[in-house]
Amino acid sequence: MASEQQSSTIKGSKVLMVGAGGIGCELLKTLALSGFQDIHIIDMDTIEVSNLNRQFLFRKSHVGQSKAKVARDAVLKFRPDISITPYHANVKDLDFNVDFYKQFNVVLNGLDNLDARRHVNRLCLAAGVPLVESGTTGFLGQVTVHVKGRTECYECQPKTAPKTYPVCTITSTPSKFVHCIVWAKDLLFAKLFGDKNQEHDLNVHSKDGSSSSKQAEDVFERQEEENIEQYGKRIYDHVFGYNIELALSSEETWRNRNKPRPIYVRDVFSSELAIQNGNLHNCSNGDPPSLSAMASLGLKNPQDLWSLKENSKVFLEALKLFFSKREKEIGNLSFDKDDQLAVEFVTAAANIRASSFGIPLHSLFEAKGIAGNIVHAVATTNAIIAGLIVIEAIKVLQHDVKNYRMTYCLEHPSRKMLLMPIEPSEPNKSCYVCSETPLDLEINTHRSKLRDVVDKIVKAKLGMNFPLILHGSALLYEVGDDLEEDEVANYAANLEKVLCKLPASVTSGTILTVEDLQQELKCSINIKHREEFDEEKEPDAMILSGWIQPRATEKSSNTAVDSEVSTSSASEAVPLVAEDDDDLQIIPTITGKKRKLSNVSNEMKNKRKAELHSKNDVVVLDDDNSDMSKKEQ
Amino acid sequence: MDGEELTEQETALYDRQIRVWGADAQRRLSKSHILVSGLKGTVIEFCKNIVLAGVGSVTLIDDRVVTEELLAANFLIPHDENMYAGKSLAVLCCDSLKDFNPMVRVSVQKGDLSSFGVDFFEKFNVVVVSSCSLSTKKLVNEKCRKASKRIAFYTVDCRDSCGEIFVDLQKYLYSKKEVDEMVECLLEYSSFEEAIAIPWRSLPRRVSKLYLAMRVIERFEELESRNPGDTSIADLPDVQKLRKELCEAHSLSESMIPDALLERLLASTTEFPPVCAIIGGILGQEVIKAISGKGDPLKNFFFFDSMDGKGIIEDISIVKAEG
Repeated sequence: MASEQQSSTIKGSKVLMVGAGGIGCELLKTLALSGFQDIHIIDMDTIEVSNLNRQFLFRKSHVGQSKAKVARDAVLKFRPDISITPYHANVKDLDFNVDFYKQFNVVLNGLDNLDARRHVNRLCLAAGVPLVESGTTGFLGQVTVHVKGRTECYECQPKTAPKTYPVCTITSTPSKFVHCIVWAKDLLFAKLFGDKNQEHDLNVHSKDGSSSSKQAEDVFERQEEENIEQYGKRIYDHVFGYNIELALSSEETWRNRNKPRPIYVRDVFSSELAIQNGNLHNCSNGDPPSLSAMASLGLKNPQDLWSLKENSKVFLEALKLFFSKREKEIGNLSFDKDDQLAVEFVTAAANIRASSFGIPLHSLFEAKGIAGNIVHAVATTNAIIAGLIVIEAIKVLQHDVKNYRMTYCLEHPSRKMLLMPIEPSEPNKSCYVCSETPLDLEINTHRSKLRDVVDKIVKAKLGMNFPLILHGSALLYEVGDDLEEDEVANYAANLEKVLCKLPASVTSGTILTVEDLQQELKCSINIKHREEFDEEKEPDAMILSGWIQPRATEKSSNTAVDSEVSTSSASEAVPLVAEDDDDLQIIPTITGKKRKLSNVSNEMKNKRKAELHSKNDVVVLDDDNSDMSKKEQ
Repeated sequence: MDGEELTEQETALYDRQIRVWGADAQRRLSKSHILVSGLKGTVIEFCKNIVLAGVGSVTLIDDRVVTEELLAANFLIPHDENMYAGKSLAVLCCDSLKDFNPMVRVSVQKGDLSSFGVDFFEKFNVVVVSSCSLSTKKLVNEKCRKASKRIAFYTVDCRDSCGEIFVDLQKYLYSKKEVDEMVECLLEYSSFEEAIAIPWRSLPRRVSKLYLAMRVIERFEELESRNPGDTSIADLPDVQKLRKELCEAHSLSESMIPDALLERLLASTTEFPPVCAIIGGILGQEVIKAISGKGDPLKNFFFFDSMDGKGIIEDISIVKAEG
């Protein structure tokens, strides 16, 4: 069908695909069929069994291999004459700099996480290369076009942070299963198998703060003469028994809540002389990820609900397997949804805790979904979205500006549409990424250190990887391989200083300049001193604002494509960001815009919200990224 | 629940989609049998989707010998003439599809689609036809309706950057969740013949122009005994004449079927792969819905045109009187 001109544009273009996963496989296939001849593709992931239901370029025999490379080989089989360049690498690697991006006519994203999306957005802006962005979750999906100066950039609309839970809900008063999962994963698992120096400790704080965490700290250390079984039971009794008793001593906490029930090993296994241990011989193969407490206990179906006793057995067995078979990893483990033993441990621990608190138990299959933030994914949505990406990419290559569209793929039709195109919005003039609007930071300049600003704001909120911080012409902080030793020492010392004590004192009214050299992004932060912060609501003890404010009412932009529809914008009716694939949370965007919505959109908005929320049990304790399994896929 | 549990292997492979539609739906999928005829780009996309989804079996009908044109939007067949020389499209596609998911039985049925009887179609839960004449569509649809059990019938066609899906689920009863309770819903579908016989004047005022244009072209091919899709821009004057006749007979303004649209549909002989992916994706989703009983099925036409980017559902069916 392609006109002569269109097919020569396609043939002559060079495109970069980021992600060779669910959307990526479909996209690479559709690009190749559509006549694209020079395609580069970045993906750091390797192939897993759970990818095979939709990432159709991969076979079981490919498990463990690079997605980018296998995808290339698979497509060359039916289009041997085109050039596909795979990179088995992280899109954030320094090699993929602005110059790298400049060689492409368009960049197409099929990513699964916010971090990488923001990163690619910035590089595209810096390199002046158009970006077509996409995401899917279940039957929902979307494709958006981002062309510098023409349409809004990926970050013009603020993205909501992953859901967080108040610390005390997790440590003391869980009321939902997800709270138990967070506790099991981010506290207990991390405490036993991960970095010992984690911030929140596991012990229940009674209201008067009398629980001595110093003394309790030692509980988790395995004593020298202690065998694994004794250790496991002691941990069990401590976290499910003793800690709950301790919590019960605080009367006030339970005045309006159901009291939890302490659970000890002896209660669960009362009638048995010894706990039936799993048979280690069943899993004698030495490959660590294949270790399974379920397997050695003869539990087969991951969709079954286990009894308290079964959960307790899995808990003790998994703990034993970790300490006996994977001892070397202890101290460095972080939860990974693809680590069978870790999932088993977390499921069992969460279920035992749920039993204590009278919360319904869940199967391993369900627990894994919650703990791993697993996004529902089907092949069909990815295929549709990939088709839409290619259609937009061709328009972008032909500079067909007036026909650029963002398209939503819906589960239920709206105004008869399952695929709904919307005119893209103009750039947000107060976006700190694509405009030069300064941000405001409220912070206690007498108490907060430069390190807090670097970690919690510059890296976590602004998404910078290689930041440089300037106060006027004075450099406060910088990273890089080419620094002199004294500079490194100097910056390290600065990190530990409170803001007002820095060589160039940062006080109320100071304007800091923050730059990321790789992303070529620069922005200004106005500092405002504030004395007090609410510990529960503002745990970072600082507030960043500026681009998050709702945009002023606009007239012409963002009108729905259908001319019969007034200014109501369907872009608000559906979530702006959906994620594709494995381990990232769904992040519905709250646009915060105050425009008039037609009844139709309103209705739909509510419907969508409800839908997303029901699936959206995102499990993250802190918004500074405890969901650290983020990957480019 | 109907019996057997999913195996460990199935649970691992289908993990992400079970999280979308549940283990029950997955079990129903694995017991379903799908017949597919006319293996061009859109149908290839559809086959990929349902094989990945894990249906029980897929039977392919297409005795055409592979040509360059037939491969334009086909990613199943290796680009190597030595490998495909002399083999039928169905045989070659079958080999590749098997590879996608060893748990799905993929096989080839030789013969002309219109020659099969009701008892043949009865072996399937879903029948999808493409690249076939108007009379074959009607015929197969009727045979599916005569079967003793319900067979979901679909037609799908892509021309240029446009696509059309037709759905006939006959009487379709399904349950859906509304607020907190499950509600039973009954949908009554019209056959393809019934649907396209509905006078154009009584269609919704803003009915998709693509619907009307497709009917004109379909009729033209029928009158001229052309193979489906075997048209060119040279046919435009004749097609315009036919449009005039049809519009007059239906007392509808000819402007409802613009020349530009007819030109596009006539001129293009190759498919546009992004549209194949989109239409094949929507069709896959619909078939999965119909088998699993989860979700509102499409009733009864779907249109996509990449020129405006809209994917539209039209309900063009006979309204049957109650009782």
